[in-house]
Amino acid sequence: MRSFDLSRRGVIGSAAALAACGPTGGMPGSLGGADMARGHLLRDAFGDAVPAETRRTGIAILGGGIAGLAAAWTLAEAGYRDFRLLELEDRSGGNARSGRNAITAYPLGAHYLPIPNVEAVGVRHLLDRLGVITGWQGSTPVFDPYQLVGDPDERLLRLGRWQEGLVPTLALAKTDHDQIERFFAAMASFRDARGSDGRPAFAIPMALSSRDPTLLALDGQSWTAWLDRHGYTSAELRAHIRYVCRDEYGTEPGDVSAWTGIHYFAGRRGDAVGDGDAVLTWPGGTGHLAEAMAARVAGHVDTGHVVGRVRRRGDGVSIDALDAIRRRRVRIEADAAIIAMPRFVAAHVVEGWEGSADGFSYAPWIVANVSVDRLPGGPGAALAWDNVSATSNSLGYVVATHQGLASVGGASVLTWYLPLSEMAPARARALMQARPLADWQRIVHDDLMAMNPDLDGAISRIDVWRWGHAMVRPVPGFMWGQARQAAARFAPPLFAAHSDLSGISIFEEAHYRGTLAAEAAMREAGFAHHSLLAA
Amino acid sequence: MADAQAGDAVTRLGPILLFSAFVVATCGLVYELLAGTLASYLLGDSVTQFSTVIGTYLFAMGMGAWLSRGVKRNELAVFIRVEILIAAIGGGSAALLFLLFDRVGDFRLPLYGMVLLIGTLVGLEVPLLMRLLKDRLEFGDLVSKVLTFDYIGALAASLLFPLVLVPYLGLIRTGFLFGLANVAVALGLLLMLPKGAQLRGELAAGVVVAAALVAGLFGAERLQTLAEVAAYQAPVIYADSTPYQRIVLTKAGGDLRLYLNGNLQFSSRDEYRYHEALVHPALGRVARPARVLVLGGGDGLALREVLKHPGVDAITLVDLDPAMTRLFSRSAMLTPLNQGALTDRRVRVVNADAFVWLRANRGQFDAIVVDFPDPTSFSVGKLYTLSLYRELARAIAPGGIAVVQSTSPLVAPRAYWTVAATLEAAGLVTRGYHANVPSFGEWGFILAAHGPIGDAVRLPPGLHFLDAPTLAAMSVFPPDMARRPVEVNRLDNQVLVRAFDAEWSRIEG
Ligand SMILES: Cc1cc2nc3c(=O)[nH]c(=O)nc-3n(C[C@H](O)[C@H](O)[C@H](O)COP(=O)(O)OP(=O)(O)OC[C@H]3O[C@@H](n4cnc5c(N)ncnc54)[C@H](O)[C@@H]3O)c2cc1C
Repeated sequence: MRSFDLSRRGVIGSAAALAACGPTGGMPGSLGGADMARGHLLRDAFGDAVPAETRRTGIAILGGGIAGLAAAWTLAEAGYRDFRLLELEDRSGGNARSGRNAITAYPLGAHYLPIPNVEAVGVRHLLDRLGVITGWQGSTPVFDPYQLVGDPDERLLRLGRWQEGLVPTLALAKTDHDQIERFFAAMASFRDARGSDGRPAFAIPMALSSRDPTLLALDGQSWTAWLDRHGYTSAELRAHIRYVCRDEYGTEPGDVSAWTGIHYFAGRRGDAVGDGDAVLTWPGGTGHLAEAMAARVAGHVDTGHVVGRVRRRGDGVSIDALDAIRRRRVRIEADAAIIAMPRFVAAHVVEGWEGSADGFSYAPWIVANVSVDRLPGGPGAALAWDNVSATSNSLGYVVATHQGLASVGGASVLTWYLPLSEMAPARARALMQARPLADWQRIVHDDLMAMNPDLDGAISRIDVWRWGHAMVRPVPGFMWGQARQAAARFAPPLFAAHSDLSGISIFEEAHYRGTLAAEAAMREAGFAHHSLLAA
Repeated sequence: MADAQAGDAVTRLGPILLFSAFVVATCGLVYELLAGTLASYLLGDSVTQFSTVIGTYLFAMGMGAWLSRGVKRNELAVFIRVEILIAAIGGGSAALLFLLFDRVGDFRLPLYGMVLLIGTLVGLEVPLLMRLLKDRLEFGDLVSKVLTFDYIGALAASLLFPLVLVPYLGLIRTGFLFGLANVAVALGLLLMLPKGAQLRGELAAGVVVAAALVAGLFGAERLQTLAEVAAYQAPVIYADSTPYQRIVLTKAGGDLRLYLNGNLQFSSRDEYRYHEALVHPALGRVARPARVLVLGGGDGLALREVLKHPGVDAITLVDLDPAMTRLFSRSAMLTPLNQGALTDRRVRVVNADAFVWLRANRGQFDAIVVDFPDPTSFSVGKLYTLSLYRELARAIAPGGIAVVQSTSPLVAPRAYWTVAATLEAAGLVTRGYHANVPSFGEWGFILAAHGPIGDAVRLPPGLHFLDAPTLAAMSVFPPDMARRPVEVNRLDNQVLVRAFDAEWSRIEG
């Protein structure tokens, strides 16, 4: 037998592409990213070798992102104990993981969660249990003020001056101003609209949205085409819409459907005592929630486990994985499996699912965490949590220490975002791999300097993180087309659960998919439980 | 001076004139860089400042070039006069602008005035030079030579300025040095003029300017402090930049003043009014203020008042900056002011951020004195939010009381009443009052407790400001300070900072 004893260093270290690089060109930092090589290991590497160990479990959760963790949380809440969660990386959390240095924790990906809608029942339950919701006035939640984003929350650099908020307001031409007003009024009526089936036109989770054909028809056209058709030509408005679209989907407005474009503006009806439009954030971003969920199910999680093959076996499932920590192959025999891996991975490792990722495409992102020894300022509005430049192709930066209580600002970490949306995803991924740390650092540095010349000399470190498959792309036809809907259907004993299945990569969608799958699996197993999704 | 003679002179002066093209270009660019740097130092936002200064400067140079047509004769004399003027104005520009910064309403006025003036004069130089040289060289040669020297000069300036001049000489002395170069050109030309063509007036002016610039060059050290003094209206006797703030003490006559980041904290003339008003209405309402907490107030002056109350067993003082509490516990000049309160055995000094400390605190206090800086920024504004006041409410013992300094109810009534409304939203009962502190104006305070706050106050003996009738008057709010409807100040709306800024900028312009 050819040993499968791949060394942790060989498989993980290099693959992790984490290869902590030393200072390049003088600027300290590192280049990291989702563990591509561990991911590439997958099925081929597993072959038919006999596993060193066979374990048994009731429900196996494969993948420990928000969806997988939500599934685990749901099982634990219901009192279902016989489950294991397998996660490829050394830490669970997936795209919602955070990093940490001597200054502060910071996001590697997801950084905030908007106040959830009434229909996001599962997320509200979670936030209540975690103390993010501190109480209820009737059926309306009260949120912990320390976890609501502090004021000022957003500012935009435009015409050489920072203004509050991200929608341009200063020195607008009349046509720009009028179109912006008309656009937001149109989005507000979409927000309040209900379809012929009585459901909200745009809901979060998206699965609860109306199936009214006139609304779903919006999925057939591109966001750009819709905007053009409705006379939204203002460059200022379009720049804002492009910013939002790239921020939310990592994708250009021409490449997402009008349904998804509108969903961002019309899907949120945050329900809270006080400001429902507020967002929740933590120094490490939504990694804070991932860690809290992981802590609740800690005894059930096997990190460093690369799932390589998933097969139906009789009534159950047989899962082959590489235990990268003990360097051996393990087989898990389970009654059911919750597939909480991204679709492009699942299609590769689940037998019989070949090709099931057709139609799924992914946006690559760069996230840089920039350590600074003083806070940025600039003319006009004061430093905010989220800081965006109208002239930059990046999405600007959020300040990791913004929620801190110190009255004198000092060192901080700025998390800088760039979706590589201007070229085909595959090309962007190739570029992402090819470009050395020093080049990324220079790009980040120059972009920050253009926004905040006052940071000159203040940057002490730039850590760059590459997300090859950061977010599923809601291209026209994807949200309400065959591929997504088929992939989302449960096929006991396999229960798919991942934000990919919603077509929109956000915390609430991942959480919903995980909770839904866990409850379906318990139902299938005849395990009585109270649904966390029931209002 | 006859034109013929002058023409003669010019012929002899050819090489030095070409050399002066180099000097003139170097100086011209240095003044432009000086103004740009100064503007970004003093006004912030280097990109905007630099581009507007450079734009104005170039425009002014264009004006100068255009004006040069008005010079019909005597180019050499005009050129020399221009050099002397540039030396005086350009050379002294940095020093003058530094001094003016805190004395004028809008600093941009003198700044751009100066840039326009210098730019115009510099714009005159090259056209004049060219005309002086036009008879010596043929046109193509002339343009090429003058421009070459001009560009070399520009290169020299742009390299010297950031690498040598700013780091080693500083802005003010750099100005004086290059002024000297300009006046040297003028004096050089003057001295080389033939006997019959001498320009006495110019020579005298040149010498005076040169002497002034030399004096400035060596006296700049003093000027630098003068600039800081100017900002503070009184001699600076102590200045220190800590990681948290800039601490400056000034003294004029018997008046000692403390400034933090340029904001007046107290004047020794009337601080007793402020601190008596801050402390006694609160402590005098508690049966026995055994445990006292002071938040802020690292100068120890509030402590001094607290210690006047019998029955005080233990005081915790939380101030961010160890440099502050150290200074006011040790300095022989300052301890008489707080009567050594910071080193009293009942006092425990904690150097921590008040919000962070209060949130972690589990203790309770009979009296709490909250003396934070005014909410001039969003980070300080957090210290006035509902979240902080909820922590504060937890820390007030049953029967205890807190007092919060809450800006001027006369200048900033919305801000003042926002503090009251926010304390009430935290479940506390409030009672406001105000006192006149001449160096601050009409100042406001708010008492907060778990239950009703009565009228009876026991005052310790020996106060200079508070007595029963004064206390009674302090509770009266005339219509211009009367309560108005306001929003509660929260971490996620920071309405106080916005109100404070709007109200104070109304009077500060
Ligand atoms: C840069 C960026 C910024 C974002 N910002 C926000 C934001 O501000 N707010 C927000 O709500 N959302 C944001 N998102 C989206 C959000 O992070 C995701 O929607 C969410 O975390 C997805 O969770 P998931 O569980 O569906 O998927 P994933 O995070 O992809 O989780 C899948 C997990 O499966 C594991 N896995 C993969 N292959 C295998 C294998 N073979 N064996 C075992 N395990 C495997 C992975 O390691 C991963 O942990 C952002 C995303 C990115 C990339």
